[in-house]
Amino acid sequence: MAHATDNDPPMTDDQFEVAALGVPGALPGGPNHPDAADTVDAPGSLTPDGRPEEGITGRSVRLGDKVFKGIAAGSGGLLLVVMAAIAVFLIWKAIPAFTNNTGNLLTTQTWNPQGDPPVFGMAAVFFGTVVAAFLAMIIGVPVAIGVALFISHYASRRAATALGATVDLLAAVPSLVFGMWGLYFLIPQTQGFQKWLSDYFGWLPIFDNATATTVGQYGKSLLIAGMVLAIMIIPIVSAVSREVFLQVPQETVDAAWALGATKWEMIRSAVLPFGRAGMISAAMLGLGRALGETIAVALVLNSGFRINWHLTEPGGDTFASTIALKFGEAGGSPTAIAALIAAGLFLFVITLIVNSMARIVIARRKEFTA
Amino acid sequence: MSSSTSPAAVTSGGSAGRTAGQSDLIGARLPKWALPVAAAGAVAVALGLKLLFDWSGWYTAFFTAAAAFVVILTSWSFSVEGRRRAKDRFASTLVYACFVAAIVPLALILGYIAVKGIGVFSADFFLRSMNGVTSRDEGGGLYHALIGTLEIVGIAAVIALPIGIFTAIYLVEYGRGHFARAVTFFVDVMTGVPSIVAGLFVYTFLLLGFGMRPFGAAGAIALAILMVPVSVRASEEMLKLVPRDLREASYALGVPKWRTIVKVVLPTAMSGLITSALLAIARVAGETAPLILLVGYTASINFDPFSGDQATLPMLVWDQLGKRSGTASTALTEGRAWGAALALVLLVLILNVGARLLARLARPKTR
Repeated sequence: MAHATDNDPPMTDDQFEVAALGVPGALPGGPNHPDAADTVDAPGSLTPDGRPEEGITGRSVRLGDKVFKGIAAGSGGLLLVVMAAIAVFLIWKAIPAFTNNTGNLLTTQTWNPQGDPPVFGMAAVFFGTVVAAFLAMIIGVPVAIGVALFISHYASRRAATALGATVDLLAAVPSLVFGMWGLYFLIPQTQGFQKWLSDYFGWLPIFDNATATTVGQYGKSLLIAGMVLAIMIIPIVSAVSREVFLQVPQETVDAAWALGATKWEMIRSAVLPFGRAGMISAAMLGLGRALGETIAVALVLNSGFRINWHLTEPGGDTFASTIALKFGEAGGSPTAIAALIAAGLFLFVITLIVNSMARIVIARRKEFTA
Repeated sequence: MSSSTSPAAVTSGGSAGRTAGQSDLIGARLPKWALPVAAAGAVAVALGLKLLFDWSGWYTAFFTAAAAFVVILTSWSFSVEGRRRAKDRFASTLVYACFVAAIVPLALILGYIAVKGIGVFSADFFLRSMNGVTSRDEGGGLYHALIGTLEIVGIAAVIALPIGIFTAIYLVEYGRGHFARAVTFFVDVMTGVPSIVAGLFVYTFLLLGFGMRPFGAAGAIALAILMVPVSVRASEEMLKLVPRDLREASYALGVPKWRTIVKVVLPTAMSGLITSALLAIARVAGETAPLILLVGYTASINFDPFSGDQATLPMLVWDQLGKRSGTASTALTEGRAWGAALALVLLVLILNVGARLLARLARPKTR
């Protein structure tokens, strides 16, 4: 395999940068895969758990060793405790939301937890979250994979290193900035586009805007939220996909060339099949981001709290933006706070499922390539 | 473009005659000037349509030109080079288009914020707080927010980095069996915890559980929760780069394992660990969501992160945009918001670039 050797600086650099983005699993041969083939032929890399039971480390009886190992393992254990505590506290503090609510938590669309009696439900919020994230995925993921292909197989090596670093850098730009840009630049610039969609494709309900008559009334719609989220997830998805595309075995690529394939045929027959699981997990990491994004969505959307399939019409809510926007007015009302915590609990569970599935896909890819 | 880089050149199609000087083994190809000609044709078509139908904006014309370029080039290639090469050209064009489609908005974002933000930058902007400055006043600055951000991110780093590095040490040096696998899995899953959820957790735990008022360090704890998984992942990679021979040499001298880690492994990986620490800090420095719940905002300077609301750069932006109080923003407050956002972006970019430079400087050592 062409990666993870210490004498291949550009590759090590790329891996490092993806690791630095906090993208786990993009890296080959994690510590939980001691027998991955890529670590066997890399003399410099170290897999402590792949080490045979040898006498060098032995069973230590020194106090220092015990203490040190205790601290190290304790830090790891602390992480598990924190994860468990997040779940426990969110469930515990969300209980009033389940007991005091006179609406149906799952099917009610309104959000009035301060009222007497309190009426609120997650239906509209869930709808907005899923739709915005889905739009982000269908816009962002193909573009991100195109960018990854461009950097890994179209750009020259020098340009690819520089471009890769730039894309990684963009992944660090705070989401607040994306939100402000969306609010002050993207929305005014895309009002005409939204009107055009509504005018010419209005026969599709999702593009129809029945409320606006002039260009100026288009704007803060779920469609735009999806576009902002798409721009936000492009750097992360393309960073992970690029990492996978760079790991395609050179023999497979050469074999495709030798059969007379064009570049696209080479990519379709060699690169994309190899990278399929990696692309899926990259997309799911992006999905996790899009689902949990708070500030950017809160800036570009105004609350509406109803399920509205007309995606070019203003208004929409996501779990995260609801928590951020409704927190200020919830002060003092225990039910209102509990309702927001329940929204956080839903979001936590959804992202947990998405991320766990991404992990499992990555783990299976490692099994196949090992 | 792509055809010139393909080592293999076999096509079956191609009804057009072969040009002189080309081998018989190579099928007919579009000439080198095909790309500019197709592009010029596409622009001409778009401009013609724009004049004909009197389109108002330039966006429609631009996208028409792009679509026309794809159509012209692909059909031309299809007629000369055959189906396979036409497909190849189509796919290459799409890949290039994806790249442009991704880079343009990202470049626009950075350019837009720089243009908008640089206008309010002045010495006063960095040295004054917003105390007593209303939405109709000029002046004011981000000093109070900068203090808050630095303190809160600093406390988060002090909490998260030791935990992160020790966890990485555990996973690299000791980790085996079910516990290590569980830790790895949950580190991965923790990376995906939304920042607002981390904020809510600390809110339920500290503020609801102990009945406290919002304060700076509470936000720092939430940021630490977001920082730990990033730090673990990056530190792990750095520790794995330390050659195994170094450890074995140390063991051979009879040095205990923990002293080997402290005296050999950590110093070797030190610059890498600093890099990963900086990147982890940069990742959380721009987080806004947990701060809304946990730290609040104040217009005056508060040096004490353990009592009272504190201002932070993201919350200054949030406040100036009128989102915190629900009031409308004015040109003055928006200007300050852009200035604060630019300062935040600069802070994050400096941390990132510094970390990467450090990584580059340190690389020969790890080889």
